[in-house]
Amino acid sequence: MSGSGLSYSEQGAEVAPELGQEAAPTTTPSAPAAFGLFSSDAKKNEDLKQMLESSKDSAKLDAMKRIVGMIAKGRNASELFPAVVKNVASKNIEIKKLVYVYLMRYAEEQQDLALLSISTFQRALKDPNQLIRASALRVLSSIRVPIIVPIMMLAIKEASSDLSPYVRKNAAHAIQKLYSLDPEQKEMLIEVIEKLLKDRSTLVAGSVVMAFEEVCPDRIDLIHKNYRKLCNLLVDVEEWGQVVIIHMLTRYARTQFVSPWKDDEMVEEYSENNFYESDDEKKEKDRKVKNTYTMDPDHRLLLRNTKPLLQSRNAAVVMAVAQLYWHLAPKSEAGIVSKSLVRLLRSNREVQYIVLQNIATMSIQRKGMFEPYLKSFYVRSTDPTMIKTLKLEILTNLANEANISTLLREFQTYVKSQDKQFAAATIQAIGRCATNITEVTDTCLNGLVCLLSNRDEIVVAESVVVIKKLLQTQPAHHGEIIKHMAKLLDNITVPVARASILWLIGEYCERVPKIAPDVLRKTAKSFINEDDLVKLQILNLGAKLYLTNSKQTKLLTQYVLNLGKYDQSYDIRDRTRFIRQLIVPNEKSGALSKYAKKIFLAQKPAPLLESPFKDRDHFQLGTLSHTLNSRATGYLELSDWPEVAPDPSVRNVDVAESAKEWTGILGKMKKEKTEKFYSESEEEEDESASASASESESSSESEEEDEEEGNSDESSGSSSSTEESSDSESDNKASTTKKTSRAADESDAENIKKKEKRTSEKRSASSSSDTESVSSEEGSSDSKSDSDSKSDSESGKSKSAASNKKEEKAVQDRKAPNKDVFLLDLDDFCPVTTPVVVPTAAVLSPSLTADLEGLSLSSSSVIDVTKPVSVPTKTHELLHRMSGKGLAAHYHFSRQPGIFGDRMVSVQVTIKNTTDQKIENIHIEEKKLPSGMRMHEFTPIECLEPAGSITVSMGIDFCDSTQMASFQLCTKDDRFNVNIQPPVGELLLPVTMSEKDFKKEQGMLTGMNETSATIAVAPQNSTRLVIIERVMKAANLGVVPSGQDNIHRFAAKTVHSGSLMLVTVELKENSTAQLVINTEKTVIGSVLLRELKPVLSQG
Amino acid sequence: RHKIFFVAVIQSEVPPLFVIEFLHRVVDTFQDYFGVCSEVMIKDNVVVVYEVLEEMLDNGFPLATESNILKELIKPPTILRTVVNTITGSTNVGDQLPTGQLSVVPWRRTGVKYTNNEAYFDVVEEIDAIIDKSGSTITAEIQGVIDACVKLTGMPDLTLSFMNPRLLDDVSFHPCVRFKRWESERILSFIPPDGNFRLLSYHVSAQNLVAIPVYVKHNISFRDSSSLGRFEITVGPKQTMGKTIEGVMVTSQMPKGVLNMTLTPSQGTHVFDPVTKLLSWDVGKINPQKLPSLKGSVSLQAGTSKPDENPTINLQFKIQQLAISGLKVNRLDMYGEKYKPFKGIKYMTKAGKFQVRT
Repeated sequence: MSGSGLSYSEQGAEVAPELGQEAAPTTTPSAPAAFGLFSSDAKKNEDLKQMLESSKDSAKLDAMKRIVGMIAKGRNASELFPAVVKNVASKNIEIKKLVYVYLMRYAEEQQDLALLSISTFQRALKDPNQLIRASALRVLSSIRVPIIVPIMMLAIKEASSDLSPYVRKNAAHAIQKLYSLDPEQKEMLIEVIEKLLKDRSTLVAGSVVMAFEEVCPDRIDLIHKNYRKLCNLLVDVEEWGQVVIIHMLTRYARTQFVSPWKDDEMVEEYSENNFYESDDEKKEKDRKVKNTYTMDPDHRLLLRNTKPLLQSRNAAVVMAVAQLYWHLAPKSEAGIVSKSLVRLLRSNREVQYIVLQNIATMSIQRKGMFEPYLKSFYVRSTDPTMIKTLKLEILTNLANEANISTLLREFQTYVKSQDKQFAAATIQAIGRCATNITEVTDTCLNGLVCLLSNRDEIVVAESVVVIKKLLQTQPAHHGEIIKHMAKLLDNITVPVARASILWLIGEYCERVPKIAPDVLRKTAKSFINEDDLVKLQILNLGAKLYLTNSKQTKLLTQYVLNLGKYDQSYDIRDRTRFIRQLIVPNEKSGALSKYAKKIFLAQKPAPLLESPFKDRDHFQLGTLSHTLNSRATGYLELSDWPEVAPDPSVRNVDVAESAKEWTGILGKMKKEKTEKFYSESEEEEDESASASASESESSSESEEEDEEEGNSDESSGSSSSTEESSDSESDNKASTTKKTSRAADESDAENIKKKEKRTSEKRSASSSSDTESVSSEEGSSDSKSDSDSKSDSESGKSKSAASNKKEEKAVQDRKAPNKDVFLLDLDDFCPVTTPVVVPTAAVLSPSLTADLEGLSLSSSSVIDVTKPVSVPTKTHELLHRMSGKGLAAHYHFSRQPGIFGDRMVSVQVTIKNTTDQKIENIHIEEKKLPSGMRMHEFTPIECLEPAGSITVSMGIDFCDSTQMASFQLCTKDDRFNVNIQPPVGELLLPVTMSEKDFKKEQGMLTGMNETSATIAVAPQNSTRLVIIERVMKAANLGVVPSGQDNIHRFAAKTVHSGSLMLVTVELKENSTAQLVINTEKTVIGSVLLRELKPVLSQG
Repeated sequence: RHKIFFVAVIQSEVPPLFVIEFLHRVVDTFQDYFGVCSEVMIKDNVVVVYEVLEEMLDNGFPLATESNILKELIKPPTILRTVVNTITGSTNVGDQLPTGQLSVVPWRRTGVKYTNNEAYFDVVEEIDAIIDKSGSTITAEIQGVIDACVKLTGMPDLTLSFMNPRLLDDVSFHPCVRFKRWESERILSFIPPDGNFRLLSYHVSAQNLVAIPVYVKHNISFRDSSSLGRFEITVGPKQTMGKTIEGVMVTSQMPKGVLNMTLTPSQGTHVFDPVTKLLSWDVGKINPQKLPSLKGSVSLQAGTSKPDENPTINLQFKIQQLAISGLKVNRLDMYGEKYKPFKGIKYMTKAGKFQVRT
């Protein structure tokens, strides 16, 4: 660490305009214009000289100020040197100071003259005023004149034993200056450093460590004896010193202590289980029991003493501590820095930039650290682009199964950003999420395909490139997408995107046999006007097609090759020649052409979408090199952990000395205590820690208090949950395991299925602990993939026959959220977890609920989207076969949570051909949707045999309104206007929640949001089962367990906006019932009420 | 900052934050000295700037950055002092090393004397939030600071305690605060620097739900066919705990395609800058009976397609006498000096980065 020139150039920035301004007055009319500049300059200097020689201090001062002003403006004032130097002995401090400023600037140029001033400094060094001594030393060491090196050396030595710490501090600074002037003095200087390192003043510590870093960073042995002292002083050192010391100690610790990580890996699970419940000390003890590894007490001391510094107001200090924890602390403890780093994000944008960069690096390796702060990285539209992209980077790194859906939603807004560069970066981020998290690949891909129709060119281009990469990673069955992209080719002009499409088509030309030649034809036409990149891909496409489908494309390829032959670019001509030799069989072509097909159509490995921050981790965090991602001069590699810890006694010996010194100062120190302290490493570390603490100025008592505080802190609700969730690593499985094991001894994430065979009691306990891990998740859960529902039904099958139907339902319901946890890992991960087992009553049968209600000490609301309990088979007619000329279509609502997007209602359309001819190319056109509605079409059906029928599914986002979605169903030669109108009950997604939550939510949705009606209920409808069945048939609701027999509750949320819809049916005597609906969407609520009325009253 | 770039040159590996933080500190100091930190100011006071920098930095290592100490080393220029200096020829460079530099409390100078002893604390909280289209909160955080203005004679030792210190999740202190006492008792105990300083800044834990005091109703739409769009914003109070919202200012960066806007506000004034496409509407106080609104039409550049995204709305507001997190100062005690100081505490809630996506 050096920076011998942290100089300011704001003055420099002014130079240019200033010169111009100055030029004007110099050419005064009095002086001849030709040499006006010289003369007036000379004149000016003349009177400055006079002023300097005058006897009046004020005149001198004025002159000096003007001279300094001249220096600031970048003009040469060196000719005044002799005059100025004379004033160095001035009594006036201000003049003196200005002379010093001047001297520092010009002494190197005028060495001989500078020597004149040395004697003055030497006198000043003996001045009774410490300030003057110090500044004299400062200036003396700043005069870079080699001849005076011995004098400087002498001065430094003297100053280093000065009484005033201020002077000693300056001596430490002078060491660096002297070293840079004459490196040969190194040995001597090290002696001085050694002496100064022993200094106890907080003032000196920072500077001397700085000097140490500069002069002899490899002389670690000097630190040994002072290590503990430095650690203890650290809090009181001024902030700049803290930064330097922390960096130095990081390096030191890396060489002196054994890695705490190795054991971490071994006991990862163990410590994870236990860390968050117990405080540090306990953990250490536990560790001692479990492992052979114990952290060196000094190592612990360092960590403990730096922790408070996280709360410094100085960003540099916080960053330094953060990197120290990152590099030194056991993995489980490093988490505490994240909070402080996130806090730094509030400050200026430069700081933000650096901090975000570091977080990005950290988040690659340990996702868990920053996961709880995910939302802090959400992008604001006012952020500058560089910060936006960094935040995006971090968000991508943090993405996991649990939060991907929220993230993707967030990304969706970013894509629309006006900042196109950022939008493009977002698309790449989506791409990376898609590859990293396989569950969402399809969703992402669909989303990207949607983006293809975006108007903005850059966005389209970027999405094409990303889609290309994605398709490459899993080339399974994406023929449609490729076709779609081929269509887009006409409109896209960005070369990279065009090239990507062509490459894709070429690569998968066998999958799109019809389109590929056509594309080649089109591009061949425009070949001449294409970019080089595109030309190359056209050639490639041609070659590939030639090999796979030579009949159709032979001539085309020949044509393209001919064009390529006469292209201007070498590259293209070369490529053309190469391809021609390979694929076109002629007598000269050798064995190679046989393998042409293999060469061109070889399986290509998919590219890895990686974070650009991946390679940064070899730099120490928080350093310049890290920021620039290249080595800066003076960067010191952080060494690896030593295999065996070097003898810790090297530190001890000197502590003895220093401790004695302390005793001298502090008065009486308990002898036994110190004795105990020396007795080596066998000893309990807490002891030694407290001993060393007591050796510091702070009393050991407060240290203990410290710890207690930490303890109570952690056990207290809020902070412990933060910790807890910060730990819940990327693999949710682990955390679930942890929690499960806490609740029900042995249940494991993998064997939920087995769980089912257990007694229902146990099952409920374990399942509740499972769900607990997501108990924080909010009601707006969404995107359920079909894999989820499939596995639901699977598990439903595998389930041992449950006799009771009600029971069965309950089990199935319970199943669903469980599955959700593992497969999808829902939404917002805001930590509200409480250490108590919270039963998610919603998923339990009523009786169990009642049992568990007693257990629950706090309630956290769990609102899950569940699988619809029943799927009505009622179909609606879309197109009658008479009006459809033989084409008939029906649709029904499959009640599957949106496959195409989380706000879409899925509709299954069954299309039937009642004619005796084939109907070709059935697709959708001319959508006339009310504003806001969106529709995901089914993929066009190429051909429907006579009397054949086909079922396709499509998604429609009805925007929570019952307006019709009109569109045209087209065949090859006809088009029919059709429309789908959803019954209000289908605009809902069932959710489960506990009765308690239900009531709570209901309480919030009263007044305007409540609609109710009293209805007569047909007698046969009054049993619970019938009511549930009937209501379910009418609307896609979820059953809420109810404590009372006469009240039935149902809950759902609207598909589009996710607002809750609570339905209560209360049976009264004399066969009437009160029907109450609470929802924010009052319109839907009243419509639903109207629809439900007849359902219950009818026989 | 302030339209000046401050640049530092470094020769070798140095923690970047170290440098940035220092530069900020330099600007702070300049501001403290000269009131503003502008180009003109720096030019006018080159000499003082030199002297200050000289004290702040030695061979690339920061020396004294507390402006309290610096002011003793180099006295800030005031008109009065300039006059005095020209008459008496005295200097504005202190000739004694400030004792603070050596003492345990480097931030406070000795021998402070006031006739009125006062200590004021401002609790200022800022809400950072992103609100999405439908009005639900995506993120919301409360960040707060306690700024103090302490003018007390001698060496007072103050303690400040909160009614509900649990609220403070993440705090950073001025170096004067004794960390140990905070850890153990959750009490701020400190010997204050003289004058204005930031005692602590804190972050209210994210778990607590943030009450958003305002809502914005918006209806901004562009049509594909015509070159006109509709624009309508209404701002209203929500969960303000009976306090009025003041100083409301709505700004929104319009898309590039927007040519002009013809709007009529029901209250306040609005400005649309056609060059930067920035719309700002100074609302002022919100009267809950009559909600301020801004309606009108947007004219788009002919020929351009409609923008993809509606502009985000940035909101600024102030609520006096309310700390939105519910933080309350319990009491302030002084030890070490005999007189009785005048104490005052002010609360204020402001919008920080408050954005509404439309």
